[in-house]
Amino acid sequence: MTAVLDALQLAFVQRALLAGLMVGLLASYYGVFVVQRGLSFLGSGLAHSAFGGVALGILLGIQPLAVAVPFTIIVAMGIVWLQQRTRLGADTSVGIFFSVSMALGVIFLTMTPRYTTDAFTYLFGSILYVTWGDIAIMGFVMLMSIFTWKAWGRWAYATFDRELALSDTVACRRDDYLLSFALAASTVISIKVVGIALIAAFLVIPPATARLLTRTFSAMTILSMVFGVFSVLVGMVVSLQADIPTGPAIILTQAVIFFVIALARRGG
Amino acid sequence: MTDPVVDCHDASVTLGEFQALRDVTMALDPGSFLAVMGPNGAGKSTFMKALMGLVPLSGGSITVLGNRPGEHVRREIGYIPQIKTLDRNFPALPMELVLTGLRGTWPWRITASERETAHEAMKIAGVDHRIGVPIGKLSGGELQRVYLARAFVREPKIVLLDEPATGMDRRGEADMYSVLDKYRSKHGATVIMITHDWEAAHHHATQVLLLDRGMIGYGAPGDVLVEDNMRRAFGHVGHHHSMTIPISGDCGA
Repeated sequence: MTAVLDALQLAFVQRALLAGLMVGLLASYYGVFVVQRGLSFLGSGLAHSAFGGVALGILLGIQPLAVAVPFTIIVAMGIVWLQQRTRLGADTSVGIFFSVSMALGVIFLTMTPRYTTDAFTYLFGSILYVTWGDIAIMGFVMLMSIFTWKAWGRWAYATFDRELALSDTVACRRDDYLLSFALAASTVISIKVVGIALIAAFLVIPPATARLLTRTFSAMTILSMVFGVFSVLVGMVVSLQADIPTGPAIILTQAVIFFVIALARRGG
Repeated sequence: MTDPVVDCHDASVTLGEFQALRDVTMALDPGSFLAVMGPNGAGKSTFMKALMGLVPLSGGSITVLGNRPGEHVRREIGYIPQIKTLDRNFPALPMELVLTGLRGTWPWRITASERETAHEAMKIAGVDHRIGVPIGKLSGGELQRVYLARAFVREPKIVLLDEPATGMDRRGEADMYSVLDKYRSKHGATVIMITHDWEAAHHHATQVLLLDRGMIGYGAPGDVLVEDNMRRAFGHVGHHHSMTIPISGDCGA
């Protein structure tokens, strides 16, 4: 425990903690819509799409997240647009944009004149390398989510019964764009913490755990955020104590909580 | 003379290249009970969506409570969709669903007065005893009553129902019509219901709109549900949904 307290004195650990808490809150907040709308593949697709933006940032020598956020938001808008304009299913639209973005990412990286390990820190996450620039971007997304707080009720309504929400003049098409926008932004900023490869789990496990214990959507949202933040804190401590990568430690913490609760409920 | 609550003149809807509804002309007086009938793909749901302004007209005109569809005050129309459209795994209690009828959005928290209002609406719909049961655990009939309570909570002037009896047994159906009739007589509300149930149309409706993309007939059930119209709509007269289609006068409105 002393080692953990000592580590907390270090600036990069403080940045990591701040980033982890913000990302834990955001991913688990938007994750409730991902889980209830059956959009797990969208979370994974957006994270992989972000790879294209990260690679572009590295190629241009700009802060990768600053490029990845708008890049992924454009991809997210494209996915919704394709879905609304065609009869293609959500998974097909995601699949198309996901592959194109990954392909672009690989091309951008091969065009980068110098060898860089940066891309790998984004693929597998590197919370201890979070910069103040990353924190600023995360803070901006956090603020944006606070300002769009009122959309929660409309998103929830359309998630429950889209036809009913439409009959109540809820602008579901516009709200789909807004949700995808917010989800894309939250997904990208989570990449530095858990990595592209694990982000889908970060969006799914805390809400799925909360769903096991709740009877209302508002309770599910709150509990999901509690699990999101708790798992980040525990995951970081475990990571520091056991000297293992932080992203996987967080995801494994979430998985342990999920299975314990699932088994306890099955037994009960 | 009172203004009609719904007034259609040659209303047509085209979805892509598909003509879903053609030249519907009818006027519905306040307090009426309209049964919208016809075979699958006849344009019944499209007609209802057109009333709510959810699909644009490609021709003609519709006014609802004197306004163009979609421009009515939200609380004036209570819509009860087919229950198959909802997500049964969504974590929700009946009271939350009922309160969407008041708020037009999903409630984050519920005030004491909202709780009381929702409880009262559920009592009218006869489902207040299931107030604490998650939506996913309700039977089809109970869920339909929760939707009725959701519609009633805003005391609408028009209640729209899309095949409300789906998944209900005969007793549940009878209870639902009794609740609807009580609400209609108490509030002078107009009921518009899509149904395949000819018997229910004869017993409860004051008007029937028979569609097969175009309008086959509109008027009192006894005048519309006649052999000639049945043949035009369904291509036959006989058994439908396990019951004999009653020809004019068999059941009496």
